[in-house]
Amino acid sequence: MSKRNKHIPVTKGQATTVRIIWMIVSGILGILILFPLLWMVSIAFRTSEQTFTSQLIAPDATLANFVHVFTEVPFLLYMWNSFFVSTMVTVIALFFHTMAGYALARLRFPGREFIFLAIFSTFLVSLPVIIVPLFVIVKSMGMLNSYAGLIIPAIFNAFGIFLLRQYYLSIPREIEEAALIDGASYWRIYLSIILPLSKPIMSALAILFFLTNWNSFLWPLTIASDPSLWMVQVGIANFSSQYAASWNYMMAASTVVAIPTLVLFIVFQKQIMDSLKTSGLK
Amino acid sequence: MASVEIRNAVKKYGEVQVIHGVDIDVGDGEFVVLVGPSGCGKSTLLRMIAGLEEISGGTISIADEVVNDLEPKERNIAMVFQNYALYPHMTVAENMGFSLRLSRVSKDEAKAKVENAADILGLGALLDRYPGQLSGGQRQRVAMGRAIVRDPKVFLFDEPLSNLDAKLRVQMRAEIKALHRRLKTTTVYVTHDQVEAMTMADRIVIMRDGHIQQIGTPLELYDNPQSMFVAGFIGSPSINFIPGTLKDGTFHGIGGLSFASDGPEGDAVAAIRPNKLGLSPGGSEWDVLEVEPTGAETMLMLQAGEVQITISVSDRTTLEPGDKTGLSALPGDVMLFDPKTEKRIL
Ligand SMILES: Nc1ncnc2c1ncn2[C@@H]1O[C@H](COP(=O)(O)OP(=O)(O)OP(=O)(O)O)[C@@H](O)[C@H]1O
Ligand SMILES: [Mg+2]
Repeated sequence: MSKRNKHIPVTKGQATTVRIIWMIVSGILGILILFPLLWMVSIAFRTSEQTFTSQLIAPDATLANFVHVFTEVPFLLYMWNSFFVSTMVTVIALFFHTMAGYALARLRFPGREFIFLAIFSTFLVSLPVIIVPLFVIVKSMGMLNSYAGLIIPAIFNAFGIFLLRQYYLSIPREIEEAALIDGASYWRIYLSIILPLSKPIMSALAILFFLTNWNSFLWPLTIASDPSLWMVQVGIANFSSQYAASWNYMMAASTVVAIPTLVLFIVFQKQIMDSLKTSGLK
Repeated sequence: MASVEIRNAVKKYGEVQVIHGVDIDVGDGEFVVLVGPSGCGKSTLLRMIAGLEEISGGTISIADEVVNDLEPKERNIAMVFQNYALYPHMTVAENMGFSLRLSRVSKDEAKAKVENAADILGLGALLDRYPGQLSGGQRQRVAMGRAIVRDPKVFLFDEPLSNLDAKLRVQMRAEIKALHRRLKTTTVYVTHDQVEAMTMADRIVIMRDGHIQQIGTPLELYDNPQSMFVAGFIGSPSINFIPGTLKDGTFHGIGGLSFASDGPEGDAVAAIRPNKLGLSPGGSEWDVLEVEPTGAETMLMLQAGEVQITISVSDRTTLEPGDKTGLSALPGDVMLFDPKTEKRIL
């Protein structure tokens, strides 16, 4: 008993020390990540002369940059484009990915393993690698400078299909068999059992898809040269070529663009954490 | 209501055959239990009846109609699974009413049926709960309710009680029996627990490695097993096997056990229930390994040579582990088996 009493404070002390170290480390990491964002917001409120001063809060903070972004440039249009494309991609992707994931997890058909491997292997290829052939294909399909060109190639997402398939594999088969006996068809099982059960993972994926497309740059830049089809990231990048040193405008626009991301994150924190956990990336 | 006829049913997974030509007749309203060790093919056979597994050969008929090529929903059966398989996102009422919704039964009628089933099973207060908010026994009842509302021709159960604790299992066992008495629906029930089989079944089908060993009422199987496997499977504590030889009209077994018998001469195995063996204090062939008084009776574990047996005696004993004793049995209580074929001789 006395031995134990001696030991407990020591271990507790050690635990506290470890915890403090962890807090400091994650604090530093947090600052490293947050600082550029703070700096972005800070520049967004400065006049162009003061862009490169080193105070975090400039003495004559101004809203002029935001006014400029919304009046001198069709930024609202860019935001609408981004919103429209991201939403369409998310909805269509979820519709097809859930079905593909379910088919790969449950239905028996020849070539299933091969198809799954083929889908899985696209993990190894990033967009820049295939952007030229993809561009050629999309161009030959006449989808240059169109919403279709922005939306359709962005739909396929191997990660989404993979995640859904794994999730469906974890649903006890007996639940579907019970439904089969209750008189449900495959289609009915998918609609009444599988989809409702995959709500959590679908909302996590929806956030992931939306944010990925909201922030996408390379593909929208490649496929849409028509300014009326620009998405926000392309629009922002364009400030720099239009006005040589307009960092204050760019930062103001970036701040506006970050807001939906932030809102989504705060509202759906739990789902995002869940999706990170299920994908083993935590 | 309906009968189920299984004729020479075969199941193959690729090259592997797991059901080897099985014949079973389940009468109208009968409660038949399929029992056997793990992996013997009970679930597979049940799932073939349900239509969840294809039938590789032979025929299965329900209500005199061959159902080999019918979908599960066309067979008019209901199944209760070991892990309940409730729909987690539906309430108890929705779980039970799902099949009615699919078959477009009117809302009022469906509601009445669900409430009726809930009454029978004592689920009335739980209709708005989700499966996650129920205990194991309650979930099991909901699974049964889901089966009842459809008013099927045949109930199929696959080890429905094995996820419950011992006490609840006994209680649910009685409830399922009572339910069967009330509804009189033809039932095929799978378990690997011989006590469950003995207490619930009208008739038991004992399976082993995809073959049927024997079919009969619980007492037929207990009194008249046709093989050593069945003799050893039915009864608790299990039957004792004592090897020996038959010569000149007398069986001479290990541990000095001998009695008159008119079986064929040669090697034989005597099988005797634990309560049919008596102690004969004069003898000293058996070592007492263990003495377990349970109050009403006393169990003794004895050993002679390689052979270990259990006997239960109703009067108190002064024997202790380490003591020696002899055994006696009445010829009428002994069954004889052929040690090679394991079939019954006498
Ligand atoms: N999909 C399958 N492919 C190949 N073999 C299978 C398959 N399903 C079952 N089996 C085999 O069929 C045999 C019977 O299995 P089954 O599930 O019917 O056993 P069981 O009697 O229900 O056992 P338990 O008491 O453990 O549930 C087993 O040997 C099993 O390995
Ligand atoms: Mg089984």
